[in-house]
Amino acid sequence: MIEVRNLSKRYGDLLAIDQVSFTAQKGEIVGFLGPNGAGKTTTMRIITGFLPATKGTVKVEGFDIFDDAHEVRKRIGYLPENPPLYADMTVTSYLEFVGRIKGVTRAALPEAVDVAVERCGLTAVTRRVLGHLSKGFRQRVGLAQALIHQPDVLVLDEPTIGLDPRQIREIRHLIRELAGQRTVILSTHILQEVVQICQKVVIISDGRVVVEDQIEHLTREMPLEEVFMRHISGSGGAVEIGEVGA
Amino acid sequence: MKNILAIAAKDIRSQFVSPIAYVVLTGYLLLGGWFFFNLLFRFNFLLQLYLSFRNPDAMQRLNLNEFVIAPLLHNLSVILVILIPIITMRSFAEEKRSGTYELLMTSPLSITEIVLGKFLGAFVFVLIMVLLTGVFPLILVLYGNPEPGIILSGYLGLLLLATAFVAVGLLTSSLTDNQIIAAVSCLVALLLLYVISWPADNAGADMGALLKYVSLTEHFGEMVKGIIDTRDLTYFVSVIVFALFLTQRSVESLRWR
Repeated sequence: MIEVRNLSKRYGDLLAIDQVSFTAQKGEIVGFLGPNGAGKTTTMRIITGFLPATKGTVKVEGFDIFDDAHEVRKRIGYLPENPPLYADMTVTSYLEFVGRIKGVTRAALPEAVDVAVERCGLTAVTRRVLGHLSKGFRQRVGLAQALIHQPDVLVLDEPTIGLDPRQIREIRHLIRELAGQRTVILSTHILQEVVQICQKVVIISDGRVVVEDQIEHLTREMPLEEVFMRHISGSGGAVEIGEVGA
Repeated sequence: MKNILAIAAKDIRSQFVSPIAYVVLTGYLLLGGWFFFNLLFRFNFLLQLYLSFRNPDAMQRLNLNEFVIAPLLHNLSVILVILIPIITMRSFAEEKRSGTYELLMTSPLSITEIVLGKFLGAFVFVLIMVLLTGVFPLILVLYGNPEPGIILSGYLGLLLLATAFVAVGLLTSSLTDNQIIAAVSCLVALLLLYVISWPADNAGADMGALLKYVSLTEHFGEMVKGIIDTRDLTYFVSVIVFALFLTQRSVESLRWR
């Protein structure tokens, strides 16, 4: 469960996000939408504790990200926009390393790595060096890294970007499978993706939340694309048209 | 502790997977071997010279510690000034550039653990470097009669010097995401610490003493002579602790900026 309350972030004069609030319940997959530069990545970085907020609070599984940063970090799996890979490590040694720093015990580590490898379809490449992997495999290793320590909360920043249609389908399938008892937030430009796998949508535009609702409510009268365009109109949303429903 | 070791092991492994480690080690040993050969050659030449002069006083003063090992250690320390920034430049700068910094910073690690892990990783590499150059005095011990105590003191000095360099290198690497900037600023800082005592003799008593105290070379020079003084040890430990403390602060400031 994630509770974001009145979150603001200022970079010098630029207000990147302004009073952002939303919640994500246990077992829910929340789609985080918005034009480029709307503040999606900033919000995710604050939730994961990479960036400090200027104002506002975030609670993850009941722990405040400022007061109990350590507890929060133990419970979050995070896939940043660019998978954080060490180019010179093999898949297995990388996942072992991430497991260790995420607090997986030495005894449980081999199994944790096996489970992550299998879930993300990496069995064939375990001995390959990360720098030599294709984009699709790199993204999957990024996902495997995020779930190696069985976190309660997954934060995925554009998990399907740059993948081919078949890989996109696999990753979506995987995310849906992972959800179960977890809370998942994923940001994306692909509205179809949200309709297919998310229960809830949060649309952010110019640093403000403009929509927060269940998907079935939103799409009752019009397609999500229409909802999206309406709410972000006048905020440079036209640039995004090419990507909508891609 | 477990986390520190995990980060250190990861860094050491990545050093030896990339060619950097081998290039640095080879270069260091190559230059060290060249110095050693030349110093020994000169020693031999002086020995022959004094023998032909039948000068027993000069013969008495000629010894391996003072004429081969001490200058060798000083030369090796200068090479470290140049090579250590290259070893440490990647530590933080590379993580920032490749995005893996985000992984470290969002993991349940304390910043002290990250900094100490990086420090330990670089220290082990430097330890290997210093130990490998131990082959030169070993040859002397096998074929000559140098004073082993003085050699050990000098090597302890070299290791402490190298460790202090590593701490400074981590600091400059933590301040930037550009490896070149990290390496160059570390090199400049180390050279400055190296030569800062040059004007000491003409700078007046107090200032001179201060400059000499700050200078890495002065403390290192004492240890090369075989003198292990707590003042010198305190100096090296202070430089290491202070640089690591500043590194910790600098990494922390990125988390809360």
